[in-house]
Amino acid sequence: MKDAVQYTKITAKHDLLDLRLDELWRYRDLILLLTKRSFVVTYKQTILGPLWLFLNPLLTSVVYVVLFGNIAKLSTDGVPQLLFYLTGNAVWSFFAACVTTNAATFTENARLFGKVYFPRLVSPVSNVLGAMIRFGIQMLLVLGFLAYYAVAGLVHPHWLAWLSLPLVLLQLGVLGMGVGIIVSSLTTKYRDLSVLVSFGVSLWMYATPVVYPLSTVTGPLRKLLLLNPVTAPVELFRWAVLGVGSVSAKYLAASWIVTLAAVFCGVVIFNKVERTFMDTV
Amino acid sequence: MDEKNIAIRLSGVKKQYRLGSIGGRTLQAELQSWWAKKRGREDPNLRIGADPRLAGQTFWALDGIDLTIQRGERVGIIGANGAGKSTLLKLLSRVTAPTEGEIEIWGRVSSMLEVGTGFHREMTGRENIYMNGAILGMSRAEIDAKLEQIIDFSEVREFIDTPVKRYSSGMYVKLAFAVAAHLQSEIMILDEVLAVGDMAFQQKCLDTMRRAAEEEGRTVLYVSHNMNTIRRLCGRCVVLDAGRVIHDGDVEEGIAAYMDRGLGENEVDTSLDDKPRSRSLGDTGLRMRRLTLEDKITPVYAEGEALRLCLRADVDRPLADVRLRVTLRTDADVGLGTSWSEPMSLSPGERTIRVSLPLDLIARGVFYASIGLFRADEIGRPVMLDHITRAFRFERIGPPVWSTSAHGFVRLPSVRPTVE
Repeated sequence: MKDAVQYTKITAKHDLLDLRLDELWRYRDLILLLTKRSFVVTYKQTILGPLWLFLNPLLTSVVYVVLFGNIAKLSTDGVPQLLFYLTGNAVWSFFAACVTTNAATFTENARLFGKVYFPRLVSPVSNVLGAMIRFGIQMLLVLGFLAYYAVAGLVHPHWLAWLSLPLVLLQLGVLGMGVGIIVSSLTTKYRDLSVLVSFGVSLWMYATPVVYPLSTVTGPLRKLLLLNPVTAPVELFRWAVLGVGSVSAKYLAASWIVTLAAVFCGVVIFNKVERTFMDTV
Repeated sequence: MDEKNIAIRLSGVKKQYRLGSIGGRTLQAELQSWWAKKRGREDPNLRIGADPRLAGQTFWALDGIDLTIQRGERVGIIGANGAGKSTLLKLLSRVTAPTEGEIEIWGRVSSMLEVGTGFHREMTGRENIYMNGAILGMSRAEIDAKLEQIIDFSEVREFIDTPVKRYSSGMYVKLAFAVAAHLQSEIMILDEVLAVGDMAFQQKCLDTMRRAAEEEGRTVLYVSHNMNTIRRLCGRCVVLDAGRVIHDGDVEEGIAAYMDRGLGENEVDTSLDDKPRSRSLGDTGLRMRRLTLEDKITPVYAEGEALRLCLRADVDRPLADVRLRVTLRTDADVGLGTSWSEPMSLSPGERTIRVSLPLDLIARGVFYASIGLFRADEIGRPVMLDHITRAFRFERIGPPVWSTSAHGFVRLPSVRPTVE
């Protein structure tokens, strides 16, 4: 028995680059359970249950149709308005969920974290998984409308490019998680950020071609939009699903670099804060 | 000592905490304070009356702990509140990291610093077993294998598919303990978790842990204020005081060391200057100096006598609405009760405070008393001015027919029967 015993050494010093990802893997069952729990708990004691996952984006998209489509008369690159907004909403709410749920990691879980040890990264990873499942359900709705419009010949998706969708999803999830855990690490010290985050994320949406296509933006503003790391994956997503939009390998690569940098910094800061945040929360 | 059989080794472990408000400040407040400081003005965020010297002051919750625990040992950790017990357990269960020193652990640790950690009210008992087990580091397959055993042990089989929000607190504890006890861990850490739950279940838990240590070679670290459970479970006792180990070894000696810590036997006139205080007090403008049990040669009280205390304190500034608090604990360290005085005003200088606490309700036994002076802040929370745990000891003698183990320490008021 002794030879199989696990050895742990806790020291005052902390190796910043020791990310302990192997430990995270050992706790994979916990990740799945947490993901499941967040679902069960959200829809317990609601009448419509998971139906909200359809209703919510549908109603939002209808509002967008009225607001941006009919009143502001923004272009949708020739795609039926409802489908355009549904698609944008699906991909954006996935990203936004990754940021906002993770931004509250430390403060929301302070009680649990204060009582028992497990790799804290379990919590952000399960948040991203949960967001992915919600996105998947929301995509069923999008697919329904897409099938209708595609048969009617109103949209021409790039079916082959659908193969890249898992990668797009992964990138947005990783980027969202990176940003989220950086914010949550800073929130342990400055509570302001928790207020800022919901506000910041909704502003970020307008700085991303979600309710309008990138093609309508020209000049320096377009450059600015492309600097936003979310722009490239969102455009790629729309290009595959709806067959419109512009994809540039250069900006996609840049976006990936930002993503990896964000998640790396995030995990490093997160692991550092994790060690002693109980003393300050 | 056999190197191979070590479960836990702590070398020079220290943990520092900062006093005053830390964390949870807003960025705005921090900028404001910084700006005011820069222009030589008073910090607008300073709490009125708060001592600016206190902020940023640090203290060592653990001040150099060296401890080696062998596999299969059952170690009880005792110490007064603030001695560092909880901090030590937090470090061992990796909730927070040490400031200095090194902790080595051989084996998986399952810690129960609280009953039902990670239980979710909306989920059923069964779902919570999986959740709780996973949080404590078990894989799904391991929990599957142990599920029946856990349910059996918990004694709540009928309710296992009911959301735990419908459980009584006793059922809750049973389920939680059942999960922790059946974990595949080599080291178990428990903090006061058995304070709840019925007597029979407590005994069952203690026996389970004892067996786990003796038969499976699991190591148990147990913190409690209940000396009887320490006696029943532990084979070794570590006493902490002010962040240091003051005793390590025999259980009875440890309990005695803890009980007599700073307590002169049979004293009726005690200087309070050297008594340990909670280190988070700082400068409050008041300090207790001397305590006298009036009209006594030995601190023994017979029927009809009141506990008459005379407390001398140095007061630095006028303090209004100050109350005196006396808490009594039995010699097994079970809380018996607390008395609050009516409010008084203290002007600066050397003050003498006298109170008389009737002991009619107390039947018999040896008691330890903590005394403190506090005042309510703006929102009514008590703010301690000075407090000494186990400041003095006294004995109440009662009728020999009164057995405290059978009848308890308190004699409830007599009742008048009516007969028809």
